[in-house]
Amino acid sequence: MNSLFTVIVLSFLLTCAIATCLSRNLLVTVIIFMAYSLLMSIMWILLQSPDLAITEAAVGAGVTSVLFFITLKKIHAIKPEEEEDHHESK
Amino acid sequence: MKASDLKNRFHRWLYEEDGSELDRELEGALSNPSERMQREIDPETFARHEAQADEKRHELLMEEEKNYRRLHDWGMTKGSRLVKNAYRAAAVAVLIAVTVFLIRTVIELPPFGDPNNLYNNEVSARYIEQGIPETGAINFVAGMILDYRAFDTFGESTVLFVAACSVLILLKLGEHEKGEKPTPAMLEAEYDDRHHEPKNDEILQLAAKILVPIVLFYGIYVVLNGHLSPGGGFSGGAIMGAALILYLNAYGFEKASKIFTFKTFRWVTFVSLMTYAGLKSYSFFTGANHIESHIPKGTPGAILSSGFILPLNICVGLIVMCTMYAFYTLFRKGGMK
Repeated sequence: MNSLFTVIVLSFLLTCAIATCLSRNLLVTVIIFMAYSLLMSIMWILLQSPDLAITEAAVGAGVTSVLFFITLKKIHAIKPEEEEDHHESK
Repeated sequence: MKASDLKNRFHRWLYEEDGSELDRELEGALSNPSERMQREIDPETFARHEAQADEKRHELLMEEEKNYRRLHDWGMTKGSRLVKNAYRAAAVAVLIAVTVFLIRTVIELPPFGDPNNLYNNEVSARYIEQGIPETGAINFVAGMILDYRAFDTFGESTVLFVAACSVLILLKLGEHEKGEKPTPAMLEAEYDDRHHEPKNDEILQLAAKILVPIVLFYGIYVVLNGHLSPGGGFSGGAIMGAALILYLNAYGFEKASKIFTFKTFRWVTFVSLMTYAGLKSYSFFTGANHIESHIPKGTPGAILSSGFILPLNICVGLIVMCTMYAFYTLFRKGGMK
C-alpha cells in the first residue's frame, strides 16, 4: 500500500517536473512548480524526514513562488487585472 | 560587380550599417537637378542621355541590391538556421551525456534503506546513541545541526544574511525622511505597486485576519519546539515570514510598516547573528580547550532543555523570518515603507 502511494507520488512528481519545463505560460509554470514542491514535501515525509518536509512546504511552495509571482509582475509577464477586464469588455 | 565592392558591402553588413542608405544618398547626389542645369546641351538629347544613364544606374543599383540581399538573407535565414541547428544539436548531446552520467550514478548508488550501507557507520550510531545525553535534544536533527555541526549552520545563516545584503544592494531604493522629496524611481515604484497589488481586498483581509495569527503562532511553536519535534529555526522562520508576507499583502505597506520597518530588520538581524556568534564562540572555546561549559542540559523533553539549542533556534528563526520578509518587500517595491 505504502509503496503504491510512493509510486503514485513519484509519477506525479515526474509529470510536474516535465510540465514545468514544457508549459508556455510562465504563470502556469510557477503554479506547477508549487505543486511539485508540495509533492516533494509529501515525498520527504515518506522518506521519514519531517524537518525537510516542513521547510520544503514553507520555502519551496510558499516563499519561492511568491517571489516568482512578484518578479513575473515586475517584468509584465502577468497582466494586471484591470487590463484583462478591459480586453474582455472590448 | 567588382569584388572589392562586394567586400565593402559585406563589411558594412557585418557591422550592421544599412547598405541601402549609402546607395540612396549616392542616387540623390547624382540626380540632383542643380548639377544637371550646369550643362548647356540640347535639353532633348540631355534628357535622353540622362534617361539612359538613369536606367543603367538603376540596373546597377538593382544588381547591387540583389547581391546585398543575397548576402543579408543568407545571414538571416540559412546562416542563423545553421547556428540554431548546431546549438540544438549541442544542447541535445550535452543533455544526453548528463542524463546517462546521472542514471549510471544512481545505478551505482547503494540500495535505499539497506542496513549494510556505508553511511550507517559509527557517526550516525554515535548520534543515535549519545545524541540525547550529549545535546539534550530529543529531535536528533536539531541536536546535529545546532550542536555537533553548529559551525555549518552558522555559515548557512551568514550565507542567508549575505544573500539578503546582495538583494538590498541590487533592489533597495532608499528611504526618504519626512519633508524630503522622493526620487523619481521611488515614485515609479509606488505607482507600480499601487497599480499591480490588491488594495483593501475584503476577502483577502478577512482571510488574513483569521490566518495570520494562526500561521504566526504555528511558526513560533515550530521554532520553540525545534529541539523536541520536527522543525526548528529555519522552517519556523520561513513560516513566520510567510505570515508577515500575508499580512503585508492584505493590509498594505502603511499598516505593515507600523510593526516592521527597515530599522527593525536591521536590528533584529544584527542582534540575532551576534547572539548566535557569541553563544557558539563560547561553545567552541570551551570545547576546544576541554573546559566544562557549565550549561545545564536540563531534562530531555522539557521545553527549557538541551543547552544552547533553544536560543540558537530562536536566533535562526528570527534571521530567516526577517530575511524572507525583506526579500518580499524588496522584490515588490524596493523598500519597507
